[in-house]
Amino acid sequence: MSEEIREDIKIIEEHTGTEYKWGFVTEIDTDEFPKGLNEDIIRQLSEIKKEPEWMTEWRLKAYRHWLTMEEPNWAKVEHEKVDYQDIKYYAAPKKKPELESLDEVDPELLATFEKLGIPLEEQKRLSGVAVDAVFDSVSVATTFKETLAEKGIIFCSISEAIRNHPELVKKYLGSVVPQTDNYYAALNSAVFSDGSFVYIPKGVRCPMELSTYFRINAMDTGQFERTLIVADDNSYVSYLEGCTAPMRDTNQLHAAVVELVALENSEIKYSTVQNWFPGDKQGKGGIYNFVTKRGICKGNNSKISWTQVETGSAVTWKYPSCILQGDNSVGEFYSVAVTNNYQQADTGTKMIHLGKNTKSTIISKGISAGKSNNSYRGLVKVGKNAKNARNFSQCDSMLMGNNCGAHTFPYLEIDNNTAQVEHEATTSKVGEDQIFYLNQRGISTEDAVNMIVNGFCKEVFNELPMEFAVEAQKLLAISLEGSVG
Amino acid sequence: MSNSNIKKWYSDNFRQFEKLVESDSFNSLRKEALSKFELTEFPTKKDEEWKYTSISPILKHEFVPSPLSKKETSTISSIESFKIPNLDVHLLVFINGIYSKEFSNIGNLEEGIIIDSLFNQLKSNSDFINQYLSKKETIENSFSLLNTTFAYDGYVIYIPKNKIVNKPIHVLNIAADELSKPLIQPRNLIIAEQNSQAEIISEYVGKDKVENFTNIYTEISVDENANVRFYKVQNESDAAFHIDKTEIVQKDSSVFNHFSLSFGSKIARNDFNTKLDGENIELHLYGLYLGNDDQHIDHHTFIDHAKPNCESNELYKGILDDKAKGVFSGKILVNKIAQKTNAFQSNKSVLLSDEASIDAKPQLEIYADDVKCSHGATVGKLDEQAYFYIRSRGVPAEAARSMLIRAFVDDVISEINIEEFREKINHTIFEHLHREEF
Repeated sequence: MSEEIREDIKIIEEHTGTEYKWGFVTEIDTDEFPKGLNEDIIRQLSEIKKEPEWMTEWRLKAYRHWLTMEEPNWAKVEHEKVDYQDIKYYAAPKKKPELESLDEVDPELLATFEKLGIPLEEQKRLSGVAVDAVFDSVSVATTFKETLAEKGIIFCSISEAIRNHPELVKKYLGSVVPQTDNYYAALNSAVFSDGSFVYIPKGVRCPMELSTYFRINAMDTGQFERTLIVADDNSYVSYLEGCTAPMRDTNQLHAAVVELVALENSEIKYSTVQNWFPGDKQGKGGIYNFVTKRGICKGNNSKISWTQVETGSAVTWKYPSCILQGDNSVGEFYSVAVTNNYQQADTGTKMIHLGKNTKSTIISKGISAGKSNNSYRGLVKVGKNAKNARNFSQCDSMLMGNNCGAHTFPYLEIDNNTAQVEHEATTSKVGEDQIFYLNQRGISTEDAVNMIVNGFCKEVFNELPMEFAVEAQKLLAISLEGSVG
Repeated sequence: MSNSNIKKWYSDNFRQFEKLVESDSFNSLRKEALSKFELTEFPTKKDEEWKYTSISPILKHEFVPSPLSKKETSTISSIESFKIPNLDVHLLVFINGIYSKEFSNIGNLEEGIIIDSLFNQLKSNSDFINQYLSKKETIENSFSLLNTTFAYDGYVIYIPKNKIVNKPIHVLNIAADELSKPLIQPRNLIIAEQNSQAEIISEYVGKDKVENFTNIYTEISVDENANVRFYKVQNESDAAFHIDKTEIVQKDSSVFNHFSLSFGSKIARNDFNTKLDGENIELHLYGLYLGNDDQHIDHHTFIDHAKPNCESNELYKGILDDKAKGVFSGKILVNKIAQKTNAFQSNKSVLLSDEASIDAKPQLEIYADDVKCSHGATVGKLDEQAYFYIRSRGVPAEAARSMLIRAFVDDVISEINIEEFREKINHTIFEHLHREEF
């Protein structure tokens, strides 16, 4: 074995050895349901949340349908079967009354955010980001509400929205991801505990990036977030979602649903940094992340853009999609997915072209290291009436070491001859010559690899809002930096 | 007709069929296949591999295994029109899947080389044949099991070590039965031993309106340093159904060129599975499909890079008009140990009409890090600028369109290195593009 290779192996071990930095448990009282799921649990949940009757019925309908469904198994992931009766479907921080200011928030909670590097106050003052922090399942602090309210923007927890804006919720909830859509979406519809709701009125450009931090905390609590964003005519909103979770031994389930509705001339930009606990080096523990994210460009000239950086979770099953219904609407998907150790990711997008002159762009970068498997799975569908549809897809994969896998499963279904569809995919490793070049310039192998990988992902990072881009690069560095031979 | 009824139909036919073949050595495998066939369901659109192709039209008919159909319906007066003009070949002719001694013309062969029908070989050389037949690892489905159940005839090409076949081998399969609906099931075997070389043209044609179901199973072994070029032409009648499963295994340093040129049939489904079971192998897969009317043309290719240092190259091009539908699914698997693999795949389709459609699924599954793999797929219509340019030079609309199409397929056609054969394919493309609407 040459000197170089030995050196590289050392670096791989050093870095794949990085323990999850943000694994700690905050001790805080939560009021929890017993384990298990049945109609009573759902009714109880609905009652706790003071939901109207129609909402309870909506949940029950989803639950009844869920019972008839089977867990999908087509994704290229393997995991232990989830025992849905072994999950507590509700856990909320005990201090329940809604809070007006940060002073009322449990100090221990605030300390947790500080450890995560996102102190609310700091965030509030410095970055001008309104943070709707979701700790476990219930919103405990909402900031900048007033500024937003002036513009008529509604940014609140979905439970609040159900109570205060039932007409909007009724109209849009489940309109993009129906209760019956898939196994996990049905489950989410039945038991979602909380999430965010955003409504941007006609002609309003949201003055700040909206953001939520999710965090799983209570032991064995599945998280079922529900997010609904509606952008009315001629509006614009950029929404940020990011998450870290403490270390756990038993697998935790995360089945979120995100729905976006973009009306005429509006634009929604949705960015995610996902860093749930990925399991330890032996593949023990970690979050199961089975998420349904879908947006519809309902109006003409509307645009939806998904950007995601996926570094966490033991198993990821996630396909943020766009239904391009309005004429001239645009869908975008930018993704970096990193897997290490025993992580498995099956992620990608669906672009459904229905309107005329619709455009979609897919840029996906997959990086696999350790013994992980990373798959891109996507669909580009051009309907019969989607004249002049245009799609460009590029899916690049990078492998580090020969115990991991990188896969690409694109589906193209084209029913219109005016469509122009291109798909490209490449798989490669970090070039030895590239590393050599940088080494020769006095840059250590570790930094060189970091640089190259960052360059590989640049196209996607460029799409992220500034403060997220920084966090994303940090995450990438922690997950991977240097793990190349 | 329901799925189970049609299965029963074939099982019942086997009883009669068995009387014909009872004595031969392959019969135990036939019976084994039959029992598996009876337990296997025909694939439906729910199966991932058959997601885009519905075979229910095939199951609606009761096809008669061709060895059982009456002799007098299987006549044909001349095969001249099917030959490749001006090309000297070893000619093997099968009428409705049965070897025709009358029309075949096999020239002088070097000692050891076998070019013959499976039927003859099973009679005269069964020990040898049984070493190779049905020995490849594969995932069986109802169609391959059906083929094995009724395995009767087909071609056998065996080229021993260090031998080169002096001229191209042309296998003509003609579906000519206009009275009954024949089930034609060629069972083919090609073995190219070390350092051997051959060029094979395997052609499936049909007389107009013959409603046949051709269900092919071909096994190809390309051993160390062997070089084989294999051209498959499918130009059956528009009423025909065509299913082809080809299993290929390549050994060290071999070179294999595979062409699939698909023009005919109502539903055509091709499965080409290649295992690169050695190092320094070179594989080229070329495909061309032209669909008109309501034709459905499906190609599934699978390349298994099992060992290091191999290269595969795949180029499939399609032109779809009217309501034709194309399907392309190409999968490249790179094993953990298959370092230094180069695998490239490209699928390009042109849709000529509003109602034509294509479903493409180019897939990569990669477990080794030091590889270069890529795939690309494009779908679009003919380049309007180029069309305008040609038209502005005074070229009539129809000719301009033909020119552009011919140019689009050129990178596949130009890889055909037998000039006379290339001419014939050019001619077939031309005919296909100038059907009644012009």
